[in-house]
Amino acid sequence: MIPLLVAQFGVLLLVFVALLTSAAVMVYAERKVAGAVQQRFGPYLVGPKGALQPIADVMKLLMKETLRPAGADKWLFILAPLISVTAAFTAFAVVPFGSRTTLFGLLDEPVTLQVADVNVAVLVVFAIASLSVYGIVLAGWSSNSKYSLLGALRSASQMISYELSYGLSLAAVIVLAGSLSLREIVEMQGGYWFGFIPKWFVFLQPLGFVIYMIAGVAETNRAPFDFPEAEQELVAGYHTEYSSMSFAMFFLAEYINIVTVAAVAASLFLGGWQMPFVPELVARWSPEAAGLLTPVWFLIKVGAICFFYIWMRWTLPRLRYDQLMTFGWKVLLPLSALNLLVTAAAVIYFA
Amino acid sequence: MTELLTFYLFAAVAIVASALVVIRPKPMHSVLLLIVSFAALAGLYIGLDAPFAAVIQLVIYAGAIMVLFVFVVMLLNAHREDEKLGASLKGPLRAGVLLGAVLVAELVWALTRFGGGRGSLFARGAGEGPGEASVAELGRVLFTDYALAFEATSILIIVAMVGAVVLAKREL
Repeated sequence: MIPLLVAQFGVLLLVFVALLTSAAVMVYAERKVAGAVQQRFGPYLVGPKGALQPIADVMKLLMKETLRPAGADKWLFILAPLISVTAAFTAFAVVPFGSRTTLFGLLDEPVTLQVADVNVAVLVVFAIASLSVYGIVLAGWSSNSKYSLLGALRSASQMISYELSYGLSLAAVIVLAGSLSLREIVEMQGGYWFGFIPKWFVFLQPLGFVIYMIAGVAETNRAPFDFPEAEQELVAGYHTEYSSMSFAMFFLAEYINIVTVAAVAASLFLGGWQMPFVPELVARWSPEAAGLLTPVWFLIKVGAICFFYIWMRWTLPRLRYDQLMTFGWKVLLPLSALNLLVTAAAVIYFA
Repeated sequence: MTELLTFYLFAAVAIVASALVVIRPKPMHSVLLLIVSFAALAGLYIGLDAPFAAVIQLVIYAGAIMVLFVFVVMLLNAHREDEKLGASLKGPLRAGVLLGAVLVAELVWALTRFGGGRGSLFARGAGEGPGEASVAELGRVLFTDYALAFEATSILIIVAMVGAVVLAKREL
């Protein structure tokens, strides 16, 4: 029998490895989807259907020389990618990716499939999102390069602008659920309305979901909001001067951030590890198996949202900078404030 | 035991980081050390069983406000502090030291007299179990018992905001 502490450590290790792997999978998926969108093959030489391409990419990056521009702030230049990666990994710690399981009686007590069941989890996600901007800003500033600095300035103003809508869309869900714990919010979304509509918050918060998805793209700095690294204007933006592993760390952070945004979206709006109908059929056969399958449902939802983000990136052109700001402040923010007000009023009215 | 250990750890980090904020010659390093100090304060709040206050500390101070500081330092392109300026600041420096000393005396007096932490805003909510209970309780207290202070603060912030806009957009 394995004690609970060891099992929890196992969960921690699993999440770490899974996040690293997810970044590799995301790189491959991005290149394949980009290929499909642009009617070409994408990577196909390394491994079966090019599946080992991310490993080749990482090897290539590792063997490059680490450069540091003259006049760069040495410590901050090294620290910036570390902040980005650390923030990216930390945010996922509070996301529940499955229900409790004993691994078919292997464990004495059921282990919770979540690294840290924090009771203010939603706010922790928000706090780490607001801290992760420092990685990008410091990278841009410490590089001592005008392209990097412009990228960092854009990134800071963009993230500040969209964080408000992001936070307000989270707040609407918090008001609806009456809880700040992601685990409780997910558990609340089990069951059905009228016997067939799953009780996912996306049906109560359609506007909130759309706002969260848009603000999520802006928070992860991806097209059509990829201003911090707009390659046609800024070479590569904040990571212009980075090479080798420190460059790879920014990419790792970007992909893990997408996965985390998708995971939080799935937990808040799409019922997290809940799934309609199928688990009940499995539970009839073995309740333990139904519990073990919950990460699979979670993975399907996260994968679908990630695919949506990649699809959007290769389909939509980048906005103009003034459009970005106008949209953030004059459209998204009033809409999310309205959404919060209506939600709060409805909760009071129906309570 | 662990509680005491984490308290001393976070307190030490907060004090050392705050001291370095003053001492370091590069403004950007000072700003970052201030963030470290805020983060250490958040750790202290968790030790006080107030996770909500801790996370809000991170979101508002370490996140939102300090991003603006970083922004300003970046835009001013201030890589080093002006050494000549330091000599002309002797007067304000003395006044600052005096104010700091008064604040320390005041805190020591207040804490020794009303020590224990009971009756404080955050400790009240924490009594009913941490987490969402304390959040709801905090909201209730904030909008009933402390409504006047809350409204006064919001007016103060609006005044500061309008003032900043007027100063920045003089030509309009």
